[in-house]
Amino acid sequence: MRVVIAEDLALLRDGLIRLLEAHDFTVVAAVDNGPDLQAALTEHKPDVAVVDVRLPPTFTDEGLQAALGARSQVPGLPILVLSQHVEQLYARELLSDDTGAVGYLLKDRVLDIGQFIEAVRRVADGGTAMDPAVISQLLARQDQSGPLAQLTPREREVLAEMAEGRSNSAIAGRLYITEKAVSKHINNIFTKLDLPPSSDDSRRVLAVLAYLNGQ
Amino acid sequence: MANAPHHRAGPHHTGPLTTLAYLVLLISQNIATLLLLPLVIASAVLTLIWVGLPFIILTATLLRTLADTQRRTLGHILHQGRIPSVYRPVPPSGVVARAGAIITDPATWKDLLWLVSTPASVSLVLIPAAFLAHGTLHLLFTLNTLLNLIPNTALYGFYTPTNLPQTLLPLLTGAILLYLAYITTPRAITLYIRFNRLLLSPTEKARLTARVAHLATSRANTIDTQAAEIRRIERDLHDGAQARLVALGMNLGMAENIVETDPETARTMLAEARETTRHALMELRDLVRGIHPPVLVERGLHGAVHALALTHHLPISVTIDLNGRPADPVESAAYFAIAELLTNTVKHSGATHAWIHINHGRNRLVITITDNGTGGADATPGSGLAGIRRRLDAFDGTMNITSPPGGPTIVTLEIPCALSSPKTLPSSATV
Repeated sequence: MRVVIAEDLALLRDGLIRLLEAHDFTVVAAVDNGPDLQAALTEHKPDVAVVDVRLPPTFTDEGLQAALGARSQVPGLPILVLSQHVEQLYARELLSDDTGAVGYLLKDRVLDIGQFIEAVRRVADGGTAMDPAVISQLLARQDQSGPLAQLTPREREVLAEMAEGRSNSAIAGRLYITEKAVSKHINNIFTKLDLPPSSDDSRRVLAVLAYLNGQ
Repeated sequence: MANAPHHRAGPHHTGPLTTLAYLVLLISQNIATLLLLPLVIASAVLTLIWVGLPFIILTATLLRTLADTQRRTLGHILHQGRIPSVYRPVPPSGVVARAGAIITDPATWKDLLWLVSTPASVSLVLIPAAFLAHGTLHLLFTLNTLLNLIPNTALYGFYTPTNLPQTLLPLLTGAILLYLAYITTPRAITLYIRFNRLLLSPTEKARLTARVAHLATSRANTIDTQAAEIRRIERDLHDGAQARLVALGMNLGMAENIVETDPETARTMLAEARETTRHALMELRDLVRGIHPPVLVERGLHGAVHALALTHHLPISVTIDLNGRPADPVESAAYFAIAELLTNTVKHSGATHAWIHINHGRNRLVITITDNGTGGADATPGSGLAGIRRRLDAFDGTMNITSPPGGPTIVTLEIPCALSSPKTLPSSATV
């Protein structure tokens, strides 16, 4: 799989290149600033891009903006954003075009190499990978009204796992329930959030979106 | 949505009737002051035999209260707004010390001048009133003579008209008097306001002295706050991340030593090391957020407040209308003030919704935070609200709290500042 990496710290950039190449990815470009990133993304159209939020020249959210810019030119371009901190604001912006194929993780998650590589693969395949920190912020919020309030605690757990980007079997494993029970919960979630039956994958993204929007 | 006024309505919004009402209020205050005059004289005389000192404190307090009342009332009809009241601080105890502070304060003497000039102010307004009264009297007299309602009356007790021209003469004088009343009234009022304003305004020297005193206090507060903040950061780093990195180094060193003899334990230690790294990163992240939230650096006040509203427990409506970014320190102070106020709202108010409104006008950043909670918030010393006020003080900012029991609570923050990098960021959202 072809990857573009954007990270301004040389040490971390080299580490990411080594890590991804050791797991059968081909790094087609590794850049250290926003303008170069957008050029590389539109030129190479990689299978997935791993992008740091804060990049030169402005050292603000240059990486995020470049990624969003590239996504508007190459719709659905899979982007995994890494950041020292997670903001729901950014998570929403990434998910706002409803095509999935985004991830938003804390840089710390690189420490768990297996899960990190899995997340990169999932985003490359068009799925989502949200950081547990984003999800736990949402769980901490009390929803007084709206369809989300109708979900049972178990369904909320399943939705949280889904938002992190896990498959049905992975969710079953983590919650110690059967896969059948998982798909039953997921169907209940779709009904309660009033998501019309289309392909399961896009419904998953929509459910996560509804979740992130707290509606 | 409960909307707080961002700027108090200016005096130019007041109509003539309102001005008249304020005028009546002002004159009644003047008359109240006149009643105070004998008390002041008595206490001055008594002071000669030392008995008067407590009376000085009493009368000065009364005088200051009255003067301040008039300053406030005048502020309602003046274009310049409220007249500042600047008195030197009076020591909390000691009759001699307090009386001394009052007597040596030049503001006291200016107040006294205002007190003794009260007859002049009152007569100033009485001139057009007298014209009006006499003019009306002349007209009524003519009317009476013509209709012969009350027989055998004389104007001022001596003028009894016998023929028609003599009957109509008071009509002419009455008209002249009323015209005089008409043209003197606005002048007399203006003169009255100017005169009282002149007497009640602090001298430039007193104003500057008070300003220097305020700056010295707020600077000391700022330095204290910052020093405390740096100590907190040092302690957090020392006890948190730094300690964890030491543990990490130890674990790695031990793992290195035993990697060949006991690879299983070495692996456990490496896993522990990774966990320690994660904790250290988490602590550093929280620390950074407490110093200066990354989203504030990346998106400014605009993005940071939206992000704050998104993760908050309450649904919050945000309207922000800024043509650029304030200076970094102002941005940061405003952000932390908002965050603290929202935390307060959640903790104490029992509100179910909050509104944040941010705009910039007249070179001030104006932030209004409203909630539909139970009210009763006040900035008692040592409370979080008092802390916010102290921090805003460093920027000459102000905080106004309106929080009647039963709610709603409206907190308005105003920080003088200019905006940089013009770009329009109007937006609104409900979360």
